[in-house]
Amino acid sequence: MSSLGSDVTAALGAEVPKRRPAPQFAGFSAKLVTDFFEWFGHLGIFAWKVARAAVTPPFEWREFIRQLDEVGSKSFPLVALAGAAVGIIISLETRYSLTRFGAKSLFPATLVYSVIQVMGPVITGLVVSGRVGAGIGAELASMKVTEQIDAIEASAINPYRLLAATRILACIVMLPLLTIAADACGLLTGWFAQALVEPLSFHQFIESGFHGATFNAFLPPTFKTAVYGLIIGVIACFQGMRTRGGAEGVGRAATNSVVLASLFLILADVVLVKFILVVFP
Amino acid sequence: MNDARDKMATAHDNTMKQREAEADGNAPVVSVESVHKSFGTHKVLNGINLSVNRGETLAVLGRSGTGKSVLLRLIIGLTQPDSGSIRVGGDDLAGLTLDQLGAIRKKMGFLFQHAALYDSLTVAENVAFPLDHHRRDMSKSDKDDLVRRLLAEVGIEDALERMPSDISGGMQKRVGLARALALEPEILLLDEPTAGLDPISSREIDELILKLQRERQMASIVVTHDLFSARSIASHLALLDQGNVVVQGQFEDLQQSDIGFVKEFLKQS
Repeated sequence: MSSLGSDVTAALGAEVPKRRPAPQFAGFSAKLVTDFFEWFGHLGIFAWKVARAAVTPPFEWREFIRQLDEVGSKSFPLVALAGAAVGIIISLETRYSLTRFGAKSLFPATLVYSVIQVMGPVITGLVVSGRVGAGIGAELASMKVTEQIDAIEASAINPYRLLAATRILACIVMLPLLTIAADACGLLTGWFAQALVEPLSFHQFIESGFHGATFNAFLPPTFKTAVYGLIIGVIACFQGMRTRGGAEGVGRAATNSVVLASLFLILADVVLVKFILVVFP
Repeated sequence: MNDARDKMATAHDNTMKQREAEADGNAPVVSVESVHKSFGTHKVLNGINLSVNRGETLAVLGRSGTGKSVLLRLIIGLTQPDSGSIRVGGDDLAGLTLDQLGAIRKKMGFLFQHAALYDSLTVAENVAFPLDHHRRDMSKSDKDDLVRRLLAEVGIEDALERMPSDISGGMQKRVGLARALALEPEILLLDEPTAGLDPISSREIDELILKLQRERQMASIVVTHDLFSARSIASHLALLDQGNVVVQGQFEDLQQSDIGFVKEFLKQS
């Protein structure tokens, strides 16, 4: 029928409407899948090069110590502030809920477990991912587009060892330490917020909060942040060192470093929480 | 299987020939043989052959985008060729790991087109950077003396503590040159050493390169499209067009060439 209609239209000399081109969904999807696997492939090759460079001498101790300072000392104020804020928020929220359900005596333990097992590690990871991830991504990207990384390589220095391995190791070492700092600040401000409303000595708070607690309850959640450090370091260095395209590329590398590191950090947390529950019951 | 064996045998023969020639003292320090390089569908180098001996300076000329800088990146191993062979001091760069390449790169100094100075380090720290990593046995005072001497050699000894962003383009090139000379290389690769500089600074850089060549007897490859500069510093020239060496030889050989592109290039330069 429609064919007949078209024939008639053509016969009448009227313009036959052109068929709309089929959407290129198939091609687009195929490219998306290819890019996805290509990205992981390049990430794997990058991680292998860094791992090999990290375990073969000469070791870049001076740069490593400088990075410990960059990642650790310089992130400390922000992490401490974030931890302190989390402590106050948890204190206010849980106090209200526990009072409502008549379980006010559980307040210290709830605060301690919430801060140390859940919020402290995640908040530290996300804060460091934002500050350090963006910093490393932008710094290395800027070095890449201005040929400084090529200049390092041309000077017979392995950039994977000097730039990537040192930063990644610094993130791995400093994340658990920063988490301990965030936890301490969170507990302190959480207790302080509670003490303002209802008298409670710090000694009493700690004793009640850690009553019956074992190392297994607190050490794995704290030290799992070393994995967060690995993720932040690897993603930020990878994004930075593969940058192309001038200032826009630098901006994109910084953004992608933070977004991807935060995303993978949260996904890793899901796996790590289950892993810790199974291995350290 | 036989093909692979033949290739290995040929590579071994070439290495042996190179070693024998080296023993005779007339081997090319850098040789580029049938090198092809493409980026995607864009063919940049199309089987080019070049060689430089000790004490010689080769100027590679050509229009923008003809692969001159790519050629230098291939020689120092920052980019890999699609096919062909690149030998530096008799060693084939193909298939080397980053650390093996590092040993060869120590023999080379590279001046990048935009100097590529480390922007978070001072001028002195930039020049000391290769020394800090490869001359760990050197005392700090010896390193400081060497850095001062290198900066004096390139004429900017008073800029020691300044940051790269605080100095002019010409001074940045001089710092880049001092950094390239820090490990006393046998081969110097210069990517557009006078690009973006005023005529006076360009001639100063040319004179500096000539002085260094006289004093250090290095093999140099200079990529440029400044014909005046190339003529004054190079012992021979190669003109690139569409990924091929169109003409190679003395400046007079270029002048006598009947090739249209060569005539046009000389006329416009």
